[in-house]
Amino acid sequence: MTTILDPTDERKPVAREIVPRPAAISGNVALLDISKPRGSVLLDRLEARLAERLPGIRVQRYKKPTFAKPAPEPLRQEILRDNDFVIEALAD
Amino acid sequence: MDKTMAMCAPFLLSDLAGEHQNFPADRPALLCFVKEDCPTCREVLPVLKALAKRLGNETDFLLIGQTADGNRVIADQHGLRVLDDSALKVSFAYDVETVPTLISTDADGHLVQQLIGFVKEEWQSLAGDLIGQDAALDLLDWSQLPDWRPGCGSLSVDPLNAERLQAEAENSPIRARRIEIASQDDEFEFMIDQGFSDGLPLVPPSPERVLRMLAGTARDAQEVVALMPPNMGEVTVEKIAINAVMAGCRPEYLPVVIATVEAICTEEFNIHGVMATTMGASPVMVVNGPIRERIGMNMKLGALGQGNRANATIGRAVRLTVRNLGGARPGGTERSTLGNPMKFTMCFAEWEERSPWSPLHVERGFSAEDSVVSVFTMTSGPTLIVDQDSRSASQLAGSFGMSLESAFHPKAHFATEVLLVVCPEHVDTLTRDGYDKTAIRKRIQEITARPIRDLVADERSAVGFKAAQAEQMDEAALSRLLPKFKRDEDIHIVVAGSDAGKFSGAFHGWATGEIGSIPVSRKIEEVS
Repeated sequence: MTTILDPTDERKPVAREIVPRPAAISGNVALLDISKPRGSVLLDRLEARLAERLPGIRVQRYKKPTFAKPAPEPLRQEILRDNDFVIEALAD
Repeated sequence: MDKTMAMCAPFLLSDLAGEHQNFPADRPALLCFVKEDCPTCREVLPVLKALAKRLGNETDFLLIGQTADGNRVIADQHGLRVLDDSALKVSFAYDVETVPTLISTDADGHLVQQLIGFVKEEWQSLAGDLIGQDAALDLLDWSQLPDWRPGCGSLSVDPLNAERLQAEAENSPIRARRIEIASQDDEFEFMIDQGFSDGLPLVPPSPERVLRMLAGTARDAQEVVALMPPNMGEVTVEKIAINAVMAGCRPEYLPVVIATVEAICTEEFNIHGVMATTMGASPVMVVNGPIRERIGMNMKLGALGQGNRANATIGRAVRLTVRNLGGARPGGTERSTLGNPMKFTMCFAEWEERSPWSPLHVERGFSAEDSVVSVFTMTSGPTLIVDQDSRSASQLAGSFGMSLESAFHPKAHFATEVLLVVCPEHVDTLTRDGYDKTAIRKRIQEITARPIRDLVADERSAVGFKAAQAEQMDEAALSRLLPKFKRDEDIHIVVAGSDAGKFSGAFHGWATGEIGSIPVSRKIEEVS
């Protein structure tokens, strides 16, 4: 953890910028299983529905080694590199 | 409070009449932290009032209120004496997280008991300890009160106040918002993502680095130096220090950055327009006086270029301050068509010792011993004036004039100003013939003077006097000679550069005077 001091006039909250919402879904869509029980059930259903409704896209499945830790850096990079969208499934 | 029998922090507060109250004061005390807009506090104030009445002189009843307005309401509605802790320092020192909080102490100020929120049984029991069980039960009709109320958050833990109170308690001058960058984030990438950067990497402004930077000035960290257009952001010494850290400054440069920020935030300099113009203007800083040597500025070989930390980072710090406090960003309120590399940084010192003439700051009314920064608005430069051949001052100053014709456009006269940087070899040529700055200016005006007829829009170029204007002029008017610059003073002259090379340079200005930007000089704080 690094702490820095805000160089601005502090009018705006510090937050990650959200990328603009795309008009349509196309290209590669990553489905990320966080390894919690039954997360895959949701993702299986989601994959089936996506295939039905958006036949043009390609779905790729990924899985975190454990839900208790952030995804390893190489996995995050791989998802970023190979996909246009990512859907992460929580579970329980 | 750690544990029973811990010593409670001593304090001095005033009531609303301005009368002081010391704690501890050789008597047992009941401290009651309340906030008027807390529903629980309002509900239990009658209990506190009844208790206060019964405590008499044996025990100090100290009702501590957290808001100035609310304290007045409590005093008016309940006739209670309220100690004003609207600065929240006592609430913070006592780690009060919830109001109401009751703390009873012995005569020496040792903690006896602490109650948080309202739990009827606990309050009855505490009242019993203080005034006896029977008296406690008779205090008021307890059945009218709820069994339990959680209370509200204390203002001293409100995120709006907590960091300030922490800093004050630690005697830290830092008040800026702290941004935590997660360990998986790269802080350099994060700062660029946040838009803090001019495009180059920034030094992370950690609290430690900012504290070290603040040691470079004797000014109070929270002093407001200026309001920075276009957003009119409040520029405190601390905020300048944060941007100076990011730019890579050393603490001893900070007074120069502060003085420059003061200079550009004046009405005359008009930093709003300077940033917003499509022409692509930028502040150019010239430093004079003893500080040049002290902080190691470059005024000799390559003075206008890269390689010297002070020159490079002072200019950059000013630009980052404009960006981050004023909000001027390319594509936002910064609208320059082409942009210009001076927008990263443009700051240098005058080589006064190599000049036979009055240095810039003395010309501008300061004493030679003052350290001064002068800021100009320039749109291009340094444009090189290559003259390796002239051996007389009149020839050389003539070359200056011919080169300066190109400022804006050769047909644009009376349009702008220039900052002429004369190199040492050229200085020698000029002084051999006894030329001073006045003579240089006079020669430039003489050599650039053109009859208005030559400056009228024509088939070669539509810049200049419009045909309709020219038609109104008679022959005498059309023959009138117009020099390049409206006033001789629009030719600013300094000396810099290495001893070898007959290459002077010139920065070309922007809209000059009231309609645009007027150069501003500011004395730089002397820090011993």
